[in-house]
Amino acid sequence: MEGGYIFDEKDRHNAFISTLDLALFETNGGPLEGIAVAVKDNISTAGMPTTCASRILEGYVPPYDAHVVTLLRQAGAAIVGKTNMDEFGMGTTTENSAFGPTTNPVDPGRVPGGSSGGSAAAVASGMVDMALGSDTGGSIRCPAAFCGVVGLKPTFGRVSRYGLIAYSNSLEQIGPLGKTVTDVNTLMSVIAGPDARDSTTYDRPYDHTPDPDVKGLRIAVPEEFFGEGVDPAVSAKVQNAIATLEGLGAETIECSIPSMTYALAAYYVTCTSEASSNLARFDGVRYGPEVPAVRSWHDEFKTYRGERFGKEVQRRILLGTFALSAGYYGKYYAKAQVARENVRRDFIRVLKDTDVIAGPTMPSIAFHLGEKSDPLSMYLADILTVPANLAGVPAISVPCGTVDRMPVGLQIIGPHFADEKVMDVAYAFEQEVA
Amino acid sequence: MVNESDVEIIAKLADISISKDELGAFTSQFNEILEYFDILDQVPPGEEGMPDLENVLREDVVTPSLSQEEATANAGETEDGFIRAPKVM
Amino acid sequence: MDHDQQVIIGLEIHCQLKTKTKLFCGCSADFQGAPPNTHCCPICLGLPGAMPRLNKQAVIYALKVAKALNLEVPEYSEFSRKNYFYPDLPKAYQISQYDKPIAEKGYLEIEDDEGHTKIVRITRIHLEEDPGRLVHKTGRDRAGYSLVDYNRSSIPLIEIVTEPDLRSPKEARRFLNKLRSTLEYLEVFDGEREGSIRVDANISIKGHNRVECKNISSYKGVEKALNFEITRQRNLIRRGQYITRETRHFMEGRGITTSSRSKEEENDYRYFPEPDLRPLRVRSWLDDVELPELPDARRDRFMRDYGISVNHARTLTGDLKVANFYEQIAGVDPKLAATWVADILLGELNYRSMKIDQVPPINIGDLIALIRDDAITDKSGVEVMRTMLDHCLNDEDCPMPADIVEETGLAKVKGGEFDAIIASVVEANPQAVSDYLAGKKGALNFLVGQVMKETRGRADPKVLNAQMSTYLDTLEV
Repeated sequence: MEGGYIFDEKDRHNAFISTLDLALFETNGGPLEGIAVAVKDNISTAGMPTTCASRILEGYVPPYDAHVVTLLRQAGAAIVGKTNMDEFGMGTTTENSAFGPTTNPVDPGRVPGGSSGGSAAAVASGMVDMALGSDTGGSIRCPAAFCGVVGLKPTFGRVSRYGLIAYSNSLEQIGPLGKTVTDVNTLMSVIAGPDARDSTTYDRPYDHTPDPDVKGLRIAVPEEFFGEGVDPAVSAKVQNAIATLEGLGAETIECSIPSMTYALAAYYVTCTSEASSNLARFDGVRYGPEVPAVRSWHDEFKTYRGERFGKEVQRRILLGTFALSAGYYGKYYAKAQVARENVRRDFIRVLKDTDVIAGPTMPSIAFHLGEKSDPLSMYLADILTVPANLAGVPAISVPCGTVDRMPVGLQIIGPHFADEKVMDVAYAFEQEVA
Repeated sequence: MVNESDVEIIAKLADISISKDELGAFTSQFNEILEYFDILDQVPPGEEGMPDLENVLREDVVTPSLSQEEATANAGETEDGFIRAPKVM
Repeated sequence: MDHDQQVIIGLEIHCQLKTKTKLFCGCSADFQGAPPNTHCCPICLGLPGAMPRLNKQAVIYALKVAKALNLEVPEYSEFSRKNYFYPDLPKAYQISQYDKPIAEKGYLEIEDDEGHTKIVRITRIHLEEDPGRLVHKTGRDRAGYSLVDYNRSSIPLIEIVTEPDLRSPKEARRFLNKLRSTLEYLEVFDGEREGSIRVDANISIKGHNRVECKNISSYKGVEKALNFEITRQRNLIRRGQYITRETRHFMEGRGITTSSRSKEEENDYRYFPEPDLRPLRVRSWLDDVELPELPDARRDRFMRDYGISVNHARTLTGDLKVANFYEQIAGVDPKLAATWVADILLGELNYRSMKIDQVPPINIGDLIALIRDDAITDKSGVEVMRTMLDHCLNDEDCPMPADIVEETGLAKVKGGEFDAIIASVVEANPQAVSDYLAGKKGALNFLVGQVMKETRGRADPKVLNAQMSTYLDTLEV
């Protein structure tokens, strides 16, 4: 049996790239039956355009569903549309979209964060109940924090990436966004689990009911998460939130993650390197707007890619190409992999004696539209989210108050496969402040 | 430090044409970012991590392919089932 | 050979592995003759979001090759991306292996130009995927573009890299033949499949720069390309010119190599580990890999069990199908079968561009039995074989030799028929007879020749000679 969800919301925040007026869904008693779910536009949907917010994928309609989309359909979800994003996931604001920026539902003069800004805005504005995003270096958690919703980046390998248009394969995960921890928990239980088509997935299904009991929980608080570059007002809000958890019986332990010094550089070298290779296939031959066949292929590809990729995408492709090139591989790519391993070991070390790490999701509240124009200063905003991607550990962002009427996110990071634990801590906090 | 001609070489390797006007801005942004990346020089010598999953393999069993129509549906121009591409000669 | 002119050759050989499915997806690898783009899926088309899944059989085949070529399998191996643009490469990178190949440091024994056993060291072997295929149709309006068929995309290849141990084009050819037969014995490779092997050759004259010859796609082509290069390089040296270190393309049709001047060749492949695949740890699997009898062992066994010469044994075992064919009919008469298969059948097949599996072994077995039983002469045997093969070639049922003999009357001349023919020839050639009787022994050959002509080769020359002399000698008395 099939049901139909009529989607007639006004998209005031440009949260969607494409929508369906009538989204069909299976009426099979699944956990998401009849629930409107939005899907980030870098996740393949058979028969629905999937553009990654790029002119280079204009008109592309995948002939197959991403694994998570198959799971959503099986769970009875009504997939109502594809959400706006930074082109190929490359950005922290959702301003780098060929379809124009998404605005923050809390303050339309500000960005919703990125790159899953459309998904966060669609949830925050109440257009949908839940949404899927993808998180390469904070792309779920940052917009969740900026828009005041909940977002989880799962443990690497817990959710299949099959059908996610790759930006940086070794770092990214698809994850859920929702208004509440319970919604995020429900969506996570639908999408997690092994998939033979993604060789990097683990046989770790997710079947969990959040437990708000945090008595005796040991929370590590790294000094680096409250250091230079973090807005003191944001720090204070997050410290308050941690104190709330202490009030519920948790204890805090101060710690240090020395590899944070070079984590951001390791992240950008890795993601741009992988991106330079992942995005090389966009040449207009097999899909996307057709490449002309007038001049020789090299000239045609160059012009096509120069015209259709946005500037930030071009910048990252070039950076990655450079980082992998002969003579620079050792200095950049190889070094970044060692740095990454150090970050992973630091997290494992800290989380051996503690249960979770807590800190701010973002060092500031949402920027004003157009506020950040310099690439490097934009990259620096990711400093608190990228470590979890480098380490492959789960991390959740849950709203913990406002600064200047803008939401602030509390980030809870757990050890590998402790997605349930970070969910519990976020749930405990949410229930306490609700 | 890289100069404009270095960036041009990289752009060529990436098959992306960068206009002359953009080249200057790209180069200075590049240098700013690369300077930041120099922090990696502080990484102590060590090893890369090894993934804990290994020997992830599939059996040699045929699964259905797309039809020719599906396989070429997103391509611009086709001819007798082939996909058209710029010439390589 | 002038020692200063020592030729140094190393080869990189790419062979398609005959798995059922492609290297990274479940599409059927049996694409020969299929319409374009019908053996494709999101993975081998490089559609956004698709991820590779490694074929276990390809890994096992690679391990078989590793064991047969005496290679070491490292604890870990992994896949890397080789990044370059080309319209036939759907992801703009080839998933290959770089610094952690599946096996390294082995060798293969061949014979050098003097017939001595020689060790050719294998540097490494690795797995990688084939790109798609470009087609260029002719015609003015079609000259401006290429057409792509991705059926071949992601077909598994094994690349075998040798050390620069080969010393002549002939030796290189022998190495390739030996490698081919080894891979066929392992049942991992079909050398008859079009485009199933591609070779890049590194060649230099001792003391001079090395040149890489790419794009050689046939066994004969390797020898041709190398011969051309050696002559070219020697001529340059003789004129005192410098040999540029470069990549050259072999133009199969013209038999020459040309410089690839285009900058596109100077690629920086920017290898890095494939993030969507996990490493292999398969050294211990090697213990479970069972090797079949390989060409050298089979050659030795043929000599031992069938008492045939080393040359016959080598020819027969050089091709798995030929060796199997021989063993099916060796019971008729091992030596006769060896001679007829190695010296006659293979040549006749080659002349007709036929494959040995187009001939039922039982037919050749019967033919050999006829010869063994003295029912037909060798000359008639060849004629019967030719008649039979011409029928097989035309896809008709292969006629049995005995039927051909009957139909064409090729049975050996015997008894009374023999005596009658001799008598009639003697009667028809009185001059020759009197010459013979006068002591010109050469006249005997003429008379014998006349009988052969008369019988269209059905007479056994030895028997004929004896009988003719006896007959003439009777006349003398």
